[in-house]
Amino acid sequence: MSLSKSVREGSRIALSRVLSQVENSTPAGLQALDELFPYTGKAHKIGITGPPGSGKSTLVNALAKQLRQLEGEPRVAIIAVDPTSPFTGGAILGDRVRMLDLQSDPGIFIRSMASRGALGGLSSQTEALSQLFDAAGFNFILIETVGAGQSEVEIVNLAHTTIVVDVPGLGDDIQSIKAGILEIADILVVNKADRPGADQSLRYLKSMIDMGYRPLASCAGKHKLAEPLLKDEPSGMDDTQSLWLPPVLKTIAKEFTGIEELVTEILKHQKFLKTTGRWQLKEAWTLREIVRKQIEGTLVCNFFDQLPDGLLDELMEQVITRKVAPSAVVKELLAYNQTGRKSQLSE
Amino acid sequence: MTEKKIRVLIAKPGLDGHDRGAKVIARALRDDGMEVIYTGLRQTPDMISEAALQEDVDVIGLSILSGAHNALIPQIIEKLKENGQENVLVFLGGIIPEDDIQDMLNAGIYKVYGPGTDTRQVCKDIRNAVDVKQAE
Repeated sequence: MSLSKSVREGSRIALSRVLSQVENSTPAGLQALDELFPYTGKAHKIGITGPPGSGKSTLVNALAKQLRQLEGEPRVAIIAVDPTSPFTGGAILGDRVRMLDLQSDPGIFIRSMASRGALGGLSSQTEALSQLFDAAGFNFILIETVGAGQSEVEIVNLAHTTIVVDVPGLGDDIQSIKAGILEIADILVVNKADRPGADQSLRYLKSMIDMGYRPLASCAGKHKLAEPLLKDEPSGMDDTQSLWLPPVLKTIAKEFTGIEELVTEILKHQKFLKTTGRWQLKEAWTLREIVRKQIEGTLVCNFFDQLPDGLLDELMEQVITRKVAPSAVVKELLAYNQTGRKSQLSE
Repeated sequence: MTEKKIRVLIAKPGLDGHDRGAKVIARALRDDGMEVIYTGLRQTPDMISEAALQEDVDVIGLSILSGAHNALIPQIIEKLKENGQENVLVFLGGIIPEDDIQDMLNAGIYKVYGPGTDTRQVCKDIRNAVDVKQAE
């Protein structure tokens, strides 16, 4: 039986194998991914991001448990991304340590991923893995990013709902009005809320939203999506229906405090996306990003494949000795790629 | 770039709470370029085989210092077989008495490491074993 068929029929071992195959971009894996694509588009993808040590894994643990208790016992997949060492290529994937509650539940599947050099908080194959879980019939896919700083915002290209986890004492109100990670939140969580300063963090975040969070952008999750949204803004709805103001919640994930409320907000957001047509817009955006990235990847790969051996090294020699600027080399290589001729630089 | 990464699960079955050795090994494997899934303390045979299945690992490294290896190891190997994971290589480290080592190997453990083992040797053994397995 083909791998993709076994995945559709619920084989956990086949799913696990395909996840690896796709992560390693093997021909068999990519074929299975294509075969499974028609069955995707059903799962609710939820991103969980925030600084290292803010309790993302523990929150995911609690959240998965709570989601399993919803009507119909929805199945939950978890993709937990941890960083790859830039020096050795190795990685310690330690998110499972916080998810021991979930190990014996057959309705939950946890997969750890190394970022493998990708920036932005995910791995280049995270999106593809979420498609596999989607096709395998998981209702919710929780995607935990690497510990994120201020600009690891790749998750919005993938998730329907983005949860940003903050902890007390990380900064003042100036931090909270900067662009970046806080801006991408559909739901903001102050975790470890039993620590001193939790109420102050809550106030900072709330005031950031009150201060002029662009409601349209917040609904889209990304400013580029807001443009078509502005044009297609459904008319005749009042603000409470067509706008999403990110709620700010307090949780203590370790003690399961505030988790029920968080799930309520997630479901509210899901309903909001679906009733306002933004679910489809997000899907459209995500799929467009997939195509764009594949084109980028293929072009770059082909570009370097087609360069004659030694040409790059030869040109770099002149850059290293400061005879020419890097941009001149770029021009040269692009011209070579188009015309097949070298110019004066490389002669 | 597309070179396949070796994925290793490091787990501590049973009840002893000393995970220094497991962490040292995890770090050494990471520094050797492997992807190490660290599951931590007090794992049951069920939890270990389930984690190995979900993570599709090539290798499992177990650390036992409690003396419960004679009870735990056969159960873990059995679980892996039940789950169709008999291809996974299982290494064992910790305090394993000389007299028990052969039993462990007979039970299906690939290699046993005691205190003072050079971590470079462990990395080398794992790479070799995975290469042999993949060539099969």
